Amino acid sequence: MEQKIAVAVDDLTVAYNYKPVLWDIDLSIPEGVLMAIVGPNGAGKSTLIKSILGIIDPIAGSVAVYGKPYKKQRDKVAYVPQKGSVDWDFPTTALDVVMMGTYGALGWIKRPGAKQKKQALEALEKVGMLAFKGRQISQLSGGQQQRIFLARALVQNAAIYFMDEPFQGVDATTEIAIINILKELRKAGKTVIVVHHDLQTVPEYFDWVTFLNVKHIATGPVKDIFNDDNLTKTYGINYKVAVQK
Amino acid sequence: MELIDFFTDYTLRTITLGTAVLGAICGMLGSFAVLRKQSLLGDAISHAALPGIALAFLFTGLKDSNVLLLGALISGFIGTVWIRGIVTKTHLKTDTALGLILSLFFGFGELVLSYLKKQPDANQAGLDKYLFGQAATLVQSDVIVMIIVTGISLVVMLLFWKEFKLLLFDKNYAMTLGFNTRFIDGLISFFIVLAIVIGLQTVGVVLMSAMLLAPAAAARQWTNSLGTMVILAAVFGTFSGVFGTGISASYNNLSTGPVIVLVAAVFVGVSFIFSPSRGVLFKQIRLIRNRRDLELKKTLYFMYGIVEKHEDISRPHSIKILNGFQGFTRGTLKTLSDKSWITIKGQDWSLTEEGFQTAANLYNTNMPES
Repeated sequence: MEQKIAVAVDDLTVAYNYKPVLWDIDLSIPEGVLMAIVGPNGAGKSTLIKSILGIIDPIAGSVAVYGKPYKKQRDKVAYVPQKGSVDWDFPTTALDVVMMGTYGALGWIKRPGAKQKKQALEALEKVGMLAFKGRQISQLSGGQQQRIFLARALVQNAAIYFMDEPFQGVDATTEIAIINILKELRKAGKTVIVVHHDLQTVPEYFDWVTFLNVKHIATGPVKDIFNDDNLTKTYGINYKVAVQK
Repeated sequence: MELIDFFTDYTLRTITLGTAVLGAICGMLGSFAVLRKQSLLGDAISHAALPGIALAFLFTGLKDSNVLLLGALISGFIGTVWIRGIVTKTHLKTDTALGLILSLFFGFGELVLSYLKKQPDANQAGLDKYLFGQAATLVQSDVIVMIIVTGISLVVMLLFWKEFKLLLFDKNYAMTLGFNTRFIDGLISFFIVLAIVIGLQTVGVVLMSAMLLAPAAAARQWTNSLGTMVILAAVFGTFSGVFGTGISASYNNLSTGPVIVLVAAVFVGVSFIFSPSRGVLFKQIRLIRNRRDLELKKTLYFMYGIVEKHEDISRPHSIKILNGFQGFTRGTLKTLSDKSWITIKGQDWSLTEEGFQTAANLYNTNMPES
């Protein structure tokens, strides 16, 4: 079966100061997969997503989305940042944050109207947060804040979703709710790329996986490549301790 | 000074209008500075403006406030750019960069001022007013400049409202949506510098940052909406300007800048204490109330535990058996019976049907939604 390539990363190298964080990454992600990016702390997982999205300037390399440079394809890509990356005490409501997902399509200066509000409300409903639409965001629990971020990305109605640790600090119910939404996205033909920490749930949640530790180690279907060999290459000989907890 | 002078005295009217407009623009743009967590940037910029004023006078020999403020604007900008440069190019953190630039520029400004003071002609007299501000020197043309700048920044703020909000809340996300965050960032910085510079004559470099931050900090206490916060901050700023001018005019020798800043500080103090949701006072009251309520419910639950073991829930029990339970007082018993959760007869108490039901359902309410 010939699959379209959703995201192609070519020779990507990123460094903070002198130390390379990502070294010569080549990666192609086929359309329609639900993919985990795994690797130890400091492996450059978040950096990979951020440099694909142009938030971090790479030293070298290029990123193509459906064959064209990412900058021309922004409307096809949605992003869920780490929950801790923003100040949740900002004076705004849940609905307002979700509305931000419509800003990209609106462009400069134009204001969101009834149509955008409707989209935002629909997304809130999808993540089970409609009842909290008027809530000040600091008064939401960690799991609820994560759902708000997810809703904001859903509003973008993109083809490709990048998520940075969406399961971090959420309870078991929220984790199930989120993974169900991700699986729905895949069913709808979207490509979902998730920075993930819990190795145990990889086979259960995802169908593709990328192993990363500064260098790219392997990418492929979970059933083919999620094995001792790649885990050892990524985490070192002691990875089993991490898996078994 | 009579109240009526306020409306008849031309000079006072000009000054009052000027400080009111200044308060409004500072409150408005100060909200962005506070939310961007760059409160101290305002302080650094205003201090950095001083050498600009001194050098502008040195080179032009003019004391026209527009010329001097143009100098202030330029050196304020250079200061801002240097702060950014230090933060991005070195390992120094923002607070260090702010402190460095603030004292470096201020020191240089003082140096040039002291050089000017040694000059034989007395022409330079009056430049000192930019240190602490002197609202009395405001003339109509100054106020017109203030109004124009305020108008422009209001229009820009309304146009780019969505972009400003997005940038302040989540800059990285704004980038992925395709917005030029450097442009938006620069726009906000530009108008903050502008607001600082037009306030220098009135409030002075030393106190200017309070003018920027105090109304915004006060406004944040009262609302959880960005729009309301900006409007409230502008209102607080305006009132600080008007009251400050009024007070300083009533007592002849008080300088206006410090009085305005003190009035703004009163707004902050009142807001910190009395705001219903974030204020210290109501927080404390809520805390005490919640504790009492919890104490009451714990007692009720303890009683429920005793009653549960018997078939007849209304069976009386001795008050003495409660003695082993901490947190129970005569007062609690009385409140419980006032709520008709229990009845007291002599030395005995018994649960009512209502009390039994309440206790049975007490801790079932914390189930997650959905």
